[in-house]
Amino acid sequence: MRPPSLLSLTLDSALLHIAHIADLSHLPDHLVIDLFRRTLSAGKLTEKVLKLFLATGCEEIILAVQLLNIKQPIVPVLPTRCSESEVDIVIAALQPNLTTFFEAWRPFFSRFHIIVVKDPDMAENLQIPTGFDLKVYTKSDINGVLGASSINFSGHSCRYFGYLVSRKKYVISIDDNCLPVKDTAGSTVDVVAQHMANLKTPATPFFFNTLYDPYRKGVDFVRGYPFSLREGVECMLSCGLWMHNADYDPMTHVVKRNQRNTTYVDAVMTVPLGAMLPVSGINVAFNRDVLGPAMFPGLRLQNEGKHRWDTLEDIWNGLCAKVVCDSLGYGVKTGLPYVMRSDAEAGKALESLKDWEGVKVMDDVLPFFQSLKLSRTAVTVDDCVKGASWNCT
Amino acid sequence: MAGTVTVPGSSVPSTPLLKDELDIVIPTIRNLDFLEMWRPFFQPYHLIIVQDGDPTKTIKVPEGFDYELYNRNDINRILGPKASCISFKDSACRCFGYMVSKKKYIYTIDDDCFVAKDPTGKDINALEQHIKNIMSPSTPFFFNTLYDPYREGADFVRGYPFSLREGTHTAVSHGLWLNIPDYDAPTQLVKPKERNERYVDAVMTIPKGTLFPMCGMNLCFDRDLIGPAMYFGLMGDGQPIGRYDDMWAGWCVKVICDHLSLGVKTGLPYIWHSKASNPFVNLRKEYKGIFWQEDIIPFFQNVTIPKDCDTVQKCYLYLSGEVKEKLGKIDPYFVKLADAMVTWIEAWDELNPATPVAENGKVK
Repeated sequence: MRPPSLLSLTLDSALLHIAHIADLSHLPDHLVIDLFRRTLSAGKLTEKVLKLFLATGCEEIILAVQLLNIKQPIVPVLPTRCSESEVDIVIAALQPNLTTFFEAWRPFFSRFHIIVVKDPDMAENLQIPTGFDLKVYTKSDINGVLGASSINFSGHSCRYFGYLVSRKKYVISIDDNCLPVKDTAGSTVDVVAQHMANLKTPATPFFFNTLYDPYRKGVDFVRGYPFSLREGVECMLSCGLWMHNADYDPMTHVVKRNQRNTTYVDAVMTVPLGAMLPVSGINVAFNRDVLGPAMFPGLRLQNEGKHRWDTLEDIWNGLCAKVVCDSLGYGVKTGLPYVMRSDAEAGKALESLKDWEGVKVMDDVLPFFQSLKLSRTAVTVDDCVKGASWNCT
Repeated sequence: MAGTVTVPGSSVPSTPLLKDELDIVIPTIRNLDFLEMWRPFFQPYHLIIVQDGDPTKTIKVPEGFDYELYNRNDINRILGPKASCISFKDSACRCFGYMVSKKKYIYTIDDDCFVAKDPTGKDINALEQHIKNIMSPSTPFFFNTLYDPYREGADFVRGYPFSLREGTHTAVSHGLWLNIPDYDAPTQLVKPKERNERYVDAVMTIPKGTLFPMCGMNLCFDRDLIGPAMYFGLMGDGQPIGRYDDMWAGWCVKVICDHLSLGVKTGLPYIWHSKASNPFVNLRKEYKGIFWQEDIIPFFQNVTIPKDCDTVQKCYLYLSGEVKEKLGKIDPYFVKLADAMVTWIEAWDELNPATPVAENGKVK
């Protein structure tokens, strides 16, 4: 059998590193075509790689793209960093028509099992496009599984039922009025890949790294960062952000009604030990195996409504999770990925303001969590949550 | 409008220049050619140049800058025996500049740092950003996930307690660097080609209780609020350690800021760091520090400043006592350092006599 030629080996090597190649225009056409063919066979054609080939201007490639009906956005072949068997995507359905939502997220969600929990208060039937591995849970499922329970799963809290029934190691949850966003380079952000990268690389809560997440490509720990702290700890919670309609309270929405978040901050960072943060449930991911027991809706405002600003359940949840993580030596990251949050609710903030009790609540809640010291004997998340609830009463 | 930087056609309020309230402190051993690039931004300000190394050498300052220059002879003359606390043959000597300044704010920059460009290709006015950072409050008690809420286009997020939205005074604005990142020697040896190319468009407050590695390359601080704590330690000639001057100051500063409820911000602005120092030379300087910091960090993490320390000087003197007692065991260097910390405060107070305050709290 003839050994592979040097050219063939070179092309194979190029294929291996295709994601890192910035420019192919110096290659003769026949080599570009051969590389394209190999890329297709290997299933490595992502949005970025497609752009790379199209940028060469090679006519045969442009023709091939047309003939094969390759469209942008295309279904990317995601790097095999995360497996489908590890992740559930949990979506709380607070509006009946989820067609736009799921179509937009299709390239990123289609590999995974999706749990949709329908707001028990919503009467209309859900409209969800086909082609997903998806299960819907409704009010009757919630009652069937839990029976009479002190937990109220209506509104945004219905998500937590999804966390309960999931059997996967990781859960990613995004509000149903959020769509994918493009980063500063113009590529669509793969929310799943970024959350998974956050959760699968260590967190560094004991010392602040001024270049942010040292595990990201192109960066590292800075001078003065103790070496013994560079191993980091396991990250349990990844808090993403929102472009356009940022997660403000209703008062800020009213006062700054035209303000939209247009600043894409290209960073992920660990929230330091002892520092508390407001975790927004709009775009969040966590390690369900470990942190699951701490992810529950504890705080329900009396007039909790269907708008995000009517709720503080996720904020409460986040504070619990942070105290537990701090106590057990786990990490919480914040920053990327971004989602694009739509304006749908923006105008209604003024209505909510009338009955809004949110002004005072956090002033009481935060000092409680800041002073909460969990017992040294609480070594599991279960124990920590029970310990926290003891302190609550 | 005089005294401000205006953005033509914009409704964004302009940042005040503060040209009579801010000094730029630059340590140098070679030349100050880099100032040419900074001229559009630095020319309105008074410069304090601290010349390290051979005092017989003449440092040429580009035309048109208003400056005062101090070499080792000047430092010895002005401080007398107390000059022992100022490092020689190390950029740590820059803290002498902080001491002799009469202004409220200090901006310090290394002579191998140039103007960087933002992602749109525009030159970054680092000083303007530092001024914005330091004149707006900090939020050390609760982390705002949209970073600095006082920036244009940002705000506090849902769940941020209203009682904390006034923030605290900002004592320090810590800027970052594009191109050559501030890595320690081992990392430099492993990744000699790595360049920081990521422009992170954020400023944030470092939470209370969290320590950080403060780099002196691109640093601005409020002298009135935290000046006496900005001692850059004993480094360089005759000392067992180097390249930990700014780190040491940063740990002291953060602990004291946390105690006095002052804020420390990090992030923008970026400068362009052009020169990569020799990693083998660096390794020799940092070597002891790499081991010592394993003890130093827990020391700073666990130190508790007593409630009655209500001034920076009192906090700093308390720290020096703790350093002598707790870190002195690791190496006699720390005993020397603790003494130098006391000398520094004495020198600071001598050069900056406290303005007498009348009964009603107003300055006489």
